[in-house]
Amino acid sequence: MTATWVRRFDATATPDEPEWLRPVRRAAIDRFAGTGFPAPRDEEWRFTPVAAITQAEFEPARPGSRVSRDAIAPFVFGHAEWPLLVFIDGRFDASLSMVPALPGGARAGSLAEAITAGDATLARHLGHHAPVESSGFTALNTAFIQDGAFVHVPAGVELAMPVHLVFVSSGETEGTVAQPRNLIVIEAAARASVVESYVTLAPGRRYFTNAVTEVVSGEGAWTEHTRIQRESDSAYHIGLTHVEQAAGSHYRSFTLAMGGAIARHNLHVRLNAPRIETLLYGLYLTRGDQLVDNHTAIHHDHPDCNSWEVYKGVMAGESRAVFNGKVLVRPEAQKTDAKQTNRNLLLSDGARVHTKPQLEIFADDVKCTHGATVGRLDDVALFYLRSRGIDAATARVLLTYAFAAEVVEEVALEPVRLELERLVRERLGAGD
Amino acid sequence: MSSPVETLVNNEYKYGFVTDIDADAAPRGLNDETIRLISAKKGEPDWLLDWRLRAFRGWQKMSEPHSWPNIHYDPIDYQDIIYYSAPRTAKPLGSLDEVDPKLLETYTKLGIPLSEQKVLAGVAVDAIFDSVSVGTSYKARLLEEGIIFCSFGEAVREHPDLVRTYLGSVVPASDNFFAALNAAVFSDGSFVYVPKGVKCPMELSTYFRINAEGTGQFERTLIIADEGASVSYLEGCTAPRRDTNQLHAAVVELVALDRASIKYSTVQNWYAGDENGVGGIYNFVTKRGTAQTGAKISWTQVETGSAITWKYPSVILQGDDSVGEFYSVAVVNGRQQADTGTKMIHMGRNTRSTIVSKGISAGRGQNSYRGQVKVLPRAEGARNYTQCDSMLIGNRCGAHTFPYIDVQNPSASLEHEASTSKIGEDQLFYCKQRGLNTENAISMIVNGFCKEVFKELPMEFAVEAQKLLGISLEGSVG
Amino acid sequence: MLEIRGLRASAGGNEILRGIDLTVNAGEVHAIMGPNGSGKSTLAQVLAGHPAYEVTGGRVSYLGQDLLEMEPEERAQAGVFLAFQYPVEIPGVSNAYFLRAACNEIRKARGLEELDPMDFLDVLEEKLKVVEWGPEIMSRAVNSGFSGGEKKRNEILQMAVLEPRLAVLDETDSGLDIDALRIVAGGVNRLRRPDNATIVVTHYQRLLNYIVPDYVHVLSGGRIVRSGGKELALELEARGYDWVEAPAGVA
Repeated sequence: MTATWVRRFDATATPDEPEWLRPVRRAAIDRFAGTGFPAPRDEEWRFTPVAAITQAEFEPARPGSRVSRDAIAPFVFGHAEWPLLVFIDGRFDASLSMVPALPGGARAGSLAEAITAGDATLARHLGHHAPVESSGFTALNTAFIQDGAFVHVPAGVELAMPVHLVFVSSGETEGTVAQPRNLIVIEAAARASVVESYVTLAPGRRYFTNAVTEVVSGEGAWTEHTRIQRESDSAYHIGLTHVEQAAGSHYRSFTLAMGGAIARHNLHVRLNAPRIETLLYGLYLTRGDQLVDNHTAIHHDHPDCNSWEVYKGVMAGESRAVFNGKVLVRPEAQKTDAKQTNRNLLLSDGARVHTKPQLEIFADDVKCTHGATVGRLDDVALFYLRSRGIDAATARVLLTYAFAAEVVEEVALEPVRLELERLVRERLGAGD
Repeated sequence: MSSPVETLVNNEYKYGFVTDIDADAAPRGLNDETIRLISAKKGEPDWLLDWRLRAFRGWQKMSEPHSWPNIHYDPIDYQDIIYYSAPRTAKPLGSLDEVDPKLLETYTKLGIPLSEQKVLAGVAVDAIFDSVSVGTSYKARLLEEGIIFCSFGEAVREHPDLVRTYLGSVVPASDNFFAALNAAVFSDGSFVYVPKGVKCPMELSTYFRINAEGTGQFERTLIIADEGASVSYLEGCTAPRRDTNQLHAAVVELVALDRASIKYSTVQNWYAGDENGVGGIYNFVTKRGTAQTGAKISWTQVETGSAITWKYPSVILQGDDSVGEFYSVAVVNGRQQADTGTKMIHMGRNTRSTIVSKGISAGRGQNSYRGQVKVLPRAEGARNYTQCDSMLIGNRCGAHTFPYIDVQNPSASLEHEASTSKIGEDQLFYCKQRGLNTENAISMIVNGFCKEVFKELPMEFAVEAQKLLGISLEGSVG
Repeated sequence: MLEIRGLRASAGGNEILRGIDLTVNAGEVHAIMGPNGSGKSTLAQVLAGHPAYEVTGGRVSYLGQDLLEMEPEERAQAGVFLAFQYPVEIPGVSNAYFLRAACNEIRKARGLEELDPMDFLDVLEEKLKVVEWGPEIMSRAVNSGFSGGEKKRNEILQMAVLEPRLAVLDETDSGLDIDALRIVAGGVNRLRRPDNATIVVTHYQRLLNYIVPDYVHVLSGGRIVRSGGKELALELEARGYDWVEAPAGVA
């Protein structure tokens, strides 16, 4: 429904819009008007049946849904003093959020407020990294930039506590769309951890989240980025995380995807300088007739960088998972060391997985490997557990949890790891 | 400091000569008349002409695949190709002694002597010169076992029922753009039928040669191994060096009935074009086999030639317990582009497939492995192992890996591994410290890299392939 | 046989050898000792012609030839053998094939007839005894998946087959257990002849209990700071490398 969106753009009055933002949004809507949403013949979107999203009419969610603190309590974890930013249907809700004073001039708050305040860092980065060419969804999000989270950690500043961004779908009405837009800037030699949660108050609702997060990691910066996607099983979720890394920086990401009727996350990392380290971990758990798609792309453009990627999936019911991991090594990127692994566990006859681990190498002095496996639970291990007196069902759960937990262990921050383990246990039916 | 790898001298393509022989050719261009002419020249029955024309109608609605393969070329002008060219002397031959001496000489120069006393012991050869078969050796000996090995044209005349049953049964005329083109205009090719329970006593071989300028070559090979039969088939190809691109769009269909086994080996050394990418063969080939219960199909390919290679020899594992294998070495140098791999479609229970692909990129070559492993819901217990290694020589080439894995049965087990490496300077130094010169050292290291594939080739071919590999990598590096 | 005069060499712009003088005659065994980073391994690599090192001064004459002017394979063909500290793996290439190819290149250079696979097997059978190995090792890929000890034994096997005039053993004892050390050293001793020479590069005196040197040289800071008989090694063992490093500037 490309035309509807273009009309909406033209009809939206933005009198307070700053000078620098207008051309960014204009270019995005022009791009979107030209190319529209991805089609199934697009090699990049072959296995994501986005027609369900692109053929439907979604109304932009209206602001002003009243959500109580109790309603969001189940999605908040870790420590009470962690900075907490809550967004209802894509809009920042100050009354539900808790932002203490951060050290060294670091900030975490609403993107809309920062736009209004004319923040210089924002102007420099917002919309300048995630290319609108990457897909119609990114272009659409950029064209309608309004609110989301803005996290800025100045050079040399270390945040001891993670910043938790919680995006809540109120589900008040059926068929709405929210398009949160986030910018995370971790400057040189700074250190921070950000958790992004996508959750819902209405588990049966059909709605659409189209999120874009830009991450800028400065020289020698250390960033841990966790993304938890727990949308409604009837919802649609398209997300892009675009990461730019400077020399000597360390970026590690963990993605848990377990919600959505159709959910896709694109994670693009550009290694823009030498001596960068990138670690991407992911876990997807699907059931029913869900489709969960993870597309990652790691661009090695400079020498002496390492990337390490492990994604695992557990598919039950009639669900389907897609994994597409691309590692691109340009001629200049000598001494690259890149390793990518994708492992899949199919639990039922109806479950299905497409995996496409992909290497594109243009430099000769590199070490690049990838591996992918698909299989079911190991019969020998299953038998072993049963021979020790554990019933078959429990043994299955135990082994499935062990398979999934292995990748969760890579999360550095303990309270986040514990919460992820809890979520995985709960989903797989494993006890405490 | 330039790497020793980069200091090798250029080596000329030694099969680049042209045979001056009078040819009977169709006019340039493609329309119904061209197809009727080809069909008439070959004295074909009406059903085959109809099949061709239907394929042509389908082809007219299709377009060249440009979006998904990792290859780049200008659209081909299909009206500027000669679709039929035959040496003037070609007529049904009583024996090889009647073959034009010039042709025999050509094949001798290529290292493929056709006169029977000189033929490699134990290898029967069918030679295809431009559009037609010019001679098949050892026919009589094979017939004693009931094995049919002849040109496709002869098979249409002598064994029409077999041809009619199986033609297009594995690769339908509508399969893809190039397969449809082939179905419309194919001129000749080889035909093999091995009866029930018969183990073919010798290697069967076809040697393809493009000679005339401006021609395309569109051969079609059909191999049928009846229940419990087995056969090993070899294919070699060369073309003269010319500065225009020539199109080769072949189709190979393999039918392995219950418990049958077909081993198909290719050493492809079409002219690759010069170091600037001028000339060379566009090699767009569709190869596929169907394996019934307990049958086995094994593809082995060594791809060193062609400006562009686009081929995915595949196996449809229809029967329970059937086995598919794909072993490949693909070398690109100069400006060559290869997008090659396989499809293993698991339909039957307990089907197994193995894929071993070794890609070597040098010069400005671009090498892509593209493979699909698909396990359908009924394929209980399916197994696949894929290993996909790339080696880069120099820093202006590329190696790409595009595996597509689609699993719809939870009892399946798939493993895919891929790696990229280079010839280490430390490996080179080690070899040199033991007295080997740079060329020998590289050749040894590369052959070691490809060993798992070479060991699948019949002996004579393996030796040939190793030499070819050395030649393809010489020069243009750097 | 070998005459090194004022040899200087650097790697990546750092000077490592700062003027080495050394004379080795046929029939002699020389031990080069020194602390880590003193340049011992560099000396070995430079003699073999490793491309990572740049010779910045001095000369090396080997059997009357200018060694520094020769390609690595020419040095090998002329009888210089380096037993690598870290032998290199070559996947897919069998030990037998590799060794026969090397052996024939060297035979060719010496004007000898090349050996066919059968003749070579006969030669090999004899040489395998030197390292107490059976023939099964020959079908494995060169050093691929070999343990550290197996790699070192393989180096000595190659040395036995290639029959060098000048063998340079670079830290051949490192990472060896006592049995492997005995086998490796035994192999080297069996290959000693009046017309060949050996340079043993080592950090520890231990190996010299098995391979008894005629001369011991101590390398420090890229120079030979002390030379003596085999008793020098024992003295070093007792007093440590600090003792030789102290009189800096002594060459």
